[in-house]
Amino acid sequence: MRARIGEARAAGDVDRLIQAVPYARFLGLTAAIVDGRVVVTMRYGDHLIGNPTLPALHGGTLGALLESAAIFELLWSSETIVVPKTVTITVDYLRSGRPVDTYASGVVTRQGRRVANVLVDAWQEDPAQPIATAHAHFLIKRDEPDGDRG
Amino acid sequence: MADSEPDPDALRRRRERILRGFAEAVPHNRALGIEIVELGDGRARYRLPYDPRLIGNPETGVLHGGAITALLDACCGSAVFNALPQPQPIATLDLRIDYLRPAVPPHAVVASAHCYKVTRNVAFVRAVAYHDDEADPIAAAAGTFMVATKLGDPARRKPAGGGA
Repeated sequence: MRARIGEARAAGDVDRLIQAVPYARFLGLTAAIVDGRVVVTMRYGDHLIGNPTLPALHGGTLGALLESAAIFELLWSSETIVVPKTVTITVDYLRSGRPVDTYASGVVTRQGRRVANVLVDAWQEDPAQPIATAHAHFLIKRDEPDGDRG
Repeated sequence: MADSEPDPDALRRRRERILRGFAEAVPHNRALGIEIVELGDGRARYRLPYDPRLIGNPETGVLHGGAITALLDACCGSAVFNALPQPQPIATLDLRIDYLRPAVPPHAVVASAHCYKVTRNVAFVRAVAYHDDEADPIAAAAGTFMVATKLGDPARRKPAGGGA
């Protein structure tokens, strides 16, 4: 994984990381760097629907998109040499997810030696009107020979 | 209306059949391969069989946290739905998930949710995800749901007077 992260960073190709994750492909995620940040797109697919009457996206797909965007932001911008492990994630659902493409992007608010905190938003047409937000803590590992490995 | 004394067992079976129909109609639950283990008053138990499509870490084969999130969200929603006096649209307000330990491939993950309080507007739910032993969970969740959202039911009737 370490090599794969390094290659993707060197090639400037964050989507290469995403396509290595089977669950990201299942959700239909792609990634691109926009203004220096990872923006993850969840392409609309009928299998993402939770409420067929509305119709609306399944809350779990939005949670998964937010968690993935946070992880890919960390893989991209932090110095972690392992896939970050989610410790806790809290998702706030603000608006119903319409059956269209959804985007998500995270900001690393604090990065320690062992733990990182990420805030992440998901939106559809307008980034200023998020449909869901999350904050999450991840266990990470930096490449520090003498560092805390915990 | 004609039945002044409906058989409670028949009513319970009918209710469970209706609830199961709602749960089975969710496209994303079907896409994930979620199986409904049991449904009761304010309770739900769902099972997510191990599936290579849901892997988060290709090196270890461990399921993606997002798949567990989706399982817990679905199971929590079902527990809330089962706690309502009659079917009403609901929407997740927030959901917090603590990952206590990684899921172990290739075992199925079971989620068990309990909606322990329903008010006029909001329902409160807790859940755990585990392999075999509910006392040794993989993840724990706490969530709130809005009840009777206006969205989602175009034919929504005005509540009968005196509803709590």
